[in-house]
Amino acid sequence: MSLLKVSNLAVEFTADKKTVKPISDISFTMEPGEVLGVVGETGSGKSLTAHAIMGLTPLVGGKVSGSIEFDGVNLLTLSASEMQKVRGAQISFIPQNPMTSLDPVYRVGDQIVEGLRKHLKLNRWKAKTLALELMEQLRIPNPKRVFEQYPHQLSGGLKQRIVIAIGIGTNPKLLIADEPTTALDVTVQAQIMRLFKELTTEKGIGLMLITHDLGVIAQVCDKIAVLYAGNLVEYGDIREVFKKPKHPYTKALLDCIPYIGMEKGSLAAIEGNVPTATNFPIGCRFAPRCGLVMPKCTESFPDMVELAGGARVACYKYTEETVAG
Amino acid sequence: MENYLEVKNLSVSFTVRGGLLLRTIGVVKAINNISFNVKQGEILGVVGESGCGKSTLARLILRLIDANSGSVSVKGKDILKFSNKEMKHQRRDMQMVFQDPYSVMDPRYTIFRSLSEPFQIRKIKHTRAEREKKVNELLAMVGLSPEHGLAYPHELSGGQKQRADIARSLALSPEFLILDEPTAALDVSVQAQVINLLMKLREELDLTFLFISHDLALVSYFCDRVIVMYLGNIVEIISADKVGTHAYHPYTKALVDNIFTITPGEEKPEAVLEGEVPSPFDLPPGCVFASRCAYVKPLCHETAPVLEDNDDGGQMACHYPLSNAKLAN
Repeated sequence: MSLLKVSNLAVEFTADKKTVKPISDISFTMEPGEVLGVVGETGSGKSLTAHAIMGLTPLVGGKVSGSIEFDGVNLLTLSASEMQKVRGAQISFIPQNPMTSLDPVYRVGDQIVEGLRKHLKLNRWKAKTLALELMEQLRIPNPKRVFEQYPHQLSGGLKQRIVIAIGIGTNPKLLIADEPTTALDVTVQAQIMRLFKELTTEKGIGLMLITHDLGVIAQVCDKIAVLYAGNLVEYGDIREVFKKPKHPYTKALLDCIPYIGMEKGSLAAIEGNVPTATNFPIGCRFAPRCGLVMPKCTESFPDMVELAGGARVACYKYTEETVAG
Repeated sequence: MENYLEVKNLSVSFTVRGGLLLRTIGVVKAINNISFNVKQGEILGVVGESGCGKSTLARLILRLIDANSGSVSVKGKDILKFSNKEMKHQRRDMQMVFQDPYSVMDPRYTIFRSLSEPFQIRKIKHTRAEREKKVNELLAMVGLSPEHGLAYPHELSGGQKQRADIARSLALSPEFLILDEPTAALDVSVQAQVINLLMKLREELDLTFLFISHDLALVSYFCDRVIVMYLGNIVEIISADKVGTHAYHPYTKALVDNIFTITPGEEKPEAVLEGEVPSPFDLPPGCVFASRCAYVKPLCHETAPVLEDNDDGGQMACHYPLSNAKLAN
């Protein structure tokens, strides 16, 4: 059984009698211990997908449809109090900004202990012992001292480790990390990513890593899901996708990344911007920026097709080929 | 090539006060005896982790903060000795593009009004028609249309705002731009647009750039030479095409090895850099990087290395530089 099976996930918001659907038709699965990278530009719906899985969309007034099966249970059918038992205990979330996700007026140790006591029903002392163990596992130097400190006394890297400790402390089956290293330096980023890799291989935690950094995805993930303007446009094995990207958007995105030793003047850009949810174009949403656009791309939306090797892509280039072949 | 900018022995330290009586509790040497040149027409990159003094350096050069000692010469004249009036005039030629395009523009001004403000302050382009013509030229230069001028900052995307900010910096036809992480807040696709735009503008307008970033891959692509900074010190100055292969300083090498490349499954050298940048209070007497360096030897803890020329035309501050060590083996 898959750890997570998302089918036809869509979220819609209604404001001023107008309905917008920032994400729609998102389907993918995750196995235990698997690392899935979710990539896309700002406004592609990466974070909203994560929020929908966490059951946090009611907070912002969104209506979720489709199904999110976690460990065999459709999370969308759970009541708010049932969901609360899943959230934090079985699915943990590591938010983007460690600077603002810790409470500045509580000691960081107490913030780790809080989740452990609530979800694992531990007493104060046991929770503290476990918290110190977690901090040691995450290679926080001098855990006893850090335990007593306030967030502002810690560096960005340390704060992010505390947030990770809160996330993994309850032994979740699925960890969703939303841009966990965006605010950090490359050297610290490398350390945190090594940590994630250890956690998934040793504890079998499934990790959904949301980022716009394709370098991070290439080094850490097993599978990749590429989102564009609220749609899943490509999904597949990491090596396959990076070696031979199928969707023109994935290819364009990979061409935008400078690397050491790159020849001057060869950096490609994707002209234009990601459309906003209020004015998604008809048909393929990438069509206005696509170099390979065909007439039918602007008429109707291409279905997701499964190619040999398990990769899935939503592009008319491939529906044509499969029909012909 | 002539030097446009010469920085010599520049230092600044900040006093940190605390407690009830605001006593001095420490001194941070933010920039520690730094010297380098920027050649006419060059793109010079500055990289380093957060807190290494990259942005402080930019602010010192533009005299947004005052240096403790040293000199900053533009075309041979020491601008640190300029009077306020002379400096005001000088700033026409030296502009800065900031990291966060979201906080640069006044949210209550249209882009047009923000872009025409430099002309009002300098009392040039008096009539509205003149200003309109000039602002539209600026917008066109950065790939925006006159309609974008009528928008407020919140109506533009991050990339468009950054273009508008570049247009603002170019309003008074400067010779020299300091770009402080201009693409850090942008997506890679938009980052590529902005980088390509900057390359085009440099060609067309014959500009000189100081480009500050934490992204070594981007810097090595965009720049001609790269300054690597660590804790307020320059540890290496290296030609951009040698960054990947001929780094002399262990820190530069560590930064290169820590970049996540887009080749999945690529063999990476084991953790070359543990820990984080130490606190800038009371730096140790030896090399600033000694506490994290994989190649550290006793001498490194005793005396600080000075920046010296190396065989590849760059400079490094290291007792046991890597490329030389390889030769010795």
